[in-house]
Amino acid sequence: MENEALIPEDDAGIRAYMRSQEHKSLLRFLTCGSVDDGKSTLIGRLLYDTKLIFEDQLATLKNDTRKHGTTGEEFDFALLVDGLEAEREQGITIDVAYRFFATSPRKFIVADTPGHEQYTRNMATGASTADVAVILIDARQGVLKQTRRHSFIVSQLGIRHIALAVNKIDLVDFSKDVFDRIVADYRAFARDLGFASITPIPLSARYGDNVTTPSARMDWYHGPTLLAFLETVEVDRDAAQGPLRFPVQYVNRPNLDFRGFAGTIASGSVKVGDTVTVAKSGQSSKVKRIVLGADDRDAAIAGEAVTLVLEDEIEVSRGNMLVAPDQRPHVADQLAANLIWFDEEPLFAGRPYLLRTETDQMPATVTAIKHRIDVNTFAQEAAKSLAMNEIGHCNLSLQAPLAFDAYKDNRLTGAFILIDRLTNATVAAGLIDHPLRRASNVHWQALDVTREARAEQKHQKAVTLWFTGLSGSGKSTIANLLDKRLFALGKHATLLDGDNVRHGLNRDLGFTEADRVENIRRVAEVARLMTDAGLITMVSFISPFREDRQMARERLPDGAFVEIFVDTPFEECARRDVKGLYAKALRGEIKNFTGVDSPYEAPENPDIHLRTSGRDAADMAEEIETWLKARGYL
Amino acid sequence: MTRTLSHLDRLEAEAIHVFREVAATFAKPVMLYSVGKDSSVLLHLALKAFAPARPPFPFMHIDTTWKFREMYAFRDRLARDLGFDLLVHTNPDGLEKGINPYDHGSSVHTHIMKTVALRQALDKYGFDAAFGGARRDEEKSRAKERIFSFRDEKHTWDPKNQRPEMWKIYNTKVKPGQSIRAFPLSNWTELDIWQYILRENIEIVPLYFAARRPVIERDGMLIMVDDERTKLRPGEVLEERMIRFRTLGCYPLTAAIESDATSLEAIVREMLIARTSERQGRLIDKDESGSMEKKKREGYF
Repeated sequence: MENEALIPEDDAGIRAYMRSQEHKSLLRFLTCGSVDDGKSTLIGRLLYDTKLIFEDQLATLKNDTRKHGTTGEEFDFALLVDGLEAEREQGITIDVAYRFFATSPRKFIVADTPGHEQYTRNMATGASTADVAVILIDARQGVLKQTRRHSFIVSQLGIRHIALAVNKIDLVDFSKDVFDRIVADYRAFARDLGFASITPIPLSARYGDNVTTPSARMDWYHGPTLLAFLETVEVDRDAAQGPLRFPVQYVNRPNLDFRGFAGTIASGSVKVGDTVTVAKSGQSSKVKRIVLGADDRDAAIAGEAVTLVLEDEIEVSRGNMLVAPDQRPHVADQLAANLIWFDEEPLFAGRPYLLRTETDQMPATVTAIKHRIDVNTFAQEAAKSLAMNEIGHCNLSLQAPLAFDAYKDNRLTGAFILIDRLTNATVAAGLIDHPLRRASNVHWQALDVTREARAEQKHQKAVTLWFTGLSGSGKSTIANLLDKRLFALGKHATLLDGDNVRHGLNRDLGFTEADRVENIRRVAEVARLMTDAGLITMVSFISPFREDRQMARERLPDGAFVEIFVDTPFEECARRDVKGLYAKALRGEIKNFTGVDSPYEAPENPDIHLRTSGRDAADMAEEIETWLKARGYL
Repeated sequence: MTRTLSHLDRLEAEAIHVFREVAATFAKPVMLYSVGKDSSVLLHLALKAFAPARPPFPFMHIDTTWKFREMYAFRDRLARDLGFDLLVHTNPDGLEKGINPYDHGSSVHTHIMKTVALRQALDKYGFDAAFGGARRDEEKSRAKERIFSFRDEKHTWDPKNQRPEMWKIYNTKVKPGQSIRAFPLSNWTELDIWQYILRENIEIVPLYFAARRPVIERDGMLIMVDDERTKLRPGEVLEERMIRFRTLGCYPLTAAIESDATSLEAIVREMLIARTSERQGRLIDKDESGSMEKKKREGYF
């Protein structure tokens, strides 16, 4: 609410006033730092001091303070922002809250982000759209691990200006020495983070010192208040200067006379008559019209959501980009990127995910974790996996070429997320470093004699039959019987057995999750080579994880992968216990044993589902043969 | 190039981007239209996002049957004038049982006629994405919600387990039966809404403008008497007063304010100096503490 005296009385005055308001600039910032540094309290204080809290909200706050508050008689400002019941009960911030306020020069969108390590992904969510970060430090605690983690993420995400808010300065008697020491610590640690500016401010969110008004209790401090910093900090407008990047979001084709490409300009600008190039095909055309609503525009700039009509009928679809002809983005199917891992399930190289940029989407595999970055020391460590909240430098291989820039050059066209293909969870954020040239230098050797030709010579279709099921479920027995039947029919087949492969090709692998993924990857690759040779390839592997079987499926062409679920109940397998393994696992002598202390994820839609209870193995081998004949494989 | 975007231009672009993203990635989206000012802005943005084409989705009004008569008239005229595809859904069970805010209380009424009705309608048509006009500045739990808000098969929101929402990259993957609610106006404030209505000349329901209307005072609130369904309690006096609405919901649940603001400019002026929040006039938010979060978890917008 505004000072009533400043608000014009008449309609014309209001219109003029509103126009002046409309041209305020917008600053998006986040508050971050460790738990209990007072982030929510600080935002509550900013809203209160900038008169953004209404009377009814203040009354609610008074009630809430009595119920959940930690401040005695004073208002507990944190309760203004911690909006979820669980947050109010536990007194912590779980997810990012967005709040809004305005002062005469600027409008602000604040992301109040959680300090707990567990909720790092929510902090990253708030940081990804912010221009500036306010990093809080509790004056009594100094620089903590979470301060470092958040500073690192903030710098990685491309935020260049930060305020270092040394909060609770009242609890250290407004000590200059404490403040100076914390600032020196922070600067030493942040030297390599590449911030353009660090503005340290001593403040008390609870009492308002140096938040919006200069404190009378720290005559040694002559810098800006936090609000003064936020009102004047330079907001990067690099995007407007960069080369044109127009990710095509939606093709608008209501009738034969109109074909427009809708999207939001990620960088640069465009005007009618400009030549633009389609990133993935290299075809060019000129901009004929720029449409926004009922209006035609002469030009449009970064940040505007417009519809472009081109002079020529050229092929452009969602996921492609219209770009400046002389400054094109990379187009590659392999790239190196930093990943911030969000999921509780760790990342292992080899698993397939869905890679999603602003408008493009394709299957992708993390082919290698080059190193993990220690957020305390920024040291690069060798790693086989990335756990939740860890950051690593990875190589990715995509199923199709992607148009992109390096993240440092463009925050919108250099970013992606990874999506788990089974749960649809967002498991990682990716910041692209550079394309990997290998993809273009090591060209795929096109074989003159094709898989089909090799299979035809053998009077069969090449296929991988993937047997999955618990240990002792009967996979190898059935596969062996099928192998004999195929041999008798004059077919060319081979059998890869899990145990046997572990004695040779995969002798170096153990039973950790990372090794199990690699185990499957190698077998899937071998199966592919054998299938390429025209063989019917049987793979008998427990392969308990859906993701891994999915990975194997994707290495083979459509129709050349048949999943056979050998469905024997756990009790039955444990009772048979052919190799005595269940007894050992149940006694705890074998760790990570599928079905005992490691899960088996049954196939949801296997191509062939063999319920083995009460059935004869020979009978089931015949069933598979019949299935294969019916579909023309034999 | 010297031109820069104002904050209103940025908000507009963000909203348009959300509309197009949903249209591009979901099989069957719908826009929830509730006749209020935010719906008017939402509708305007939807038209703008796809011009010269029409928005590639229908509009749906979840009708509790307790909207003001002027709202129904406005809705029907707009649908006719703009020629948009308007679906209206009322919970048939609630209608049959005669659920109403007077006899059953605002909490039961809202749950059955809004939350349950919405779930019914989404299931009935098989919509996998629904646009809503909710803004983060309205309420504390809304301040926490993503722009693309994931809902499970039962339409519930799990506030403690939201998908990260990085940059403008939205995870639009849902399984059959699951859906998302998309909120193009997430980052708009009440002032932004009015500023935009003023700038774009957007038509809104006349109830937002002050006029002499019949009201009673009840529990410290001004309740407009719109039809015979409002029964006067002992001691209540029906009188004509110069009133208007700052926010519009179901009529016995939305309080009016006394005002002389008969122009958009005067409304904006009033809002600039207001000492209370917009939702002050919404009775349904106050049934119990955290009531909006509870409703949202049950599938309310």
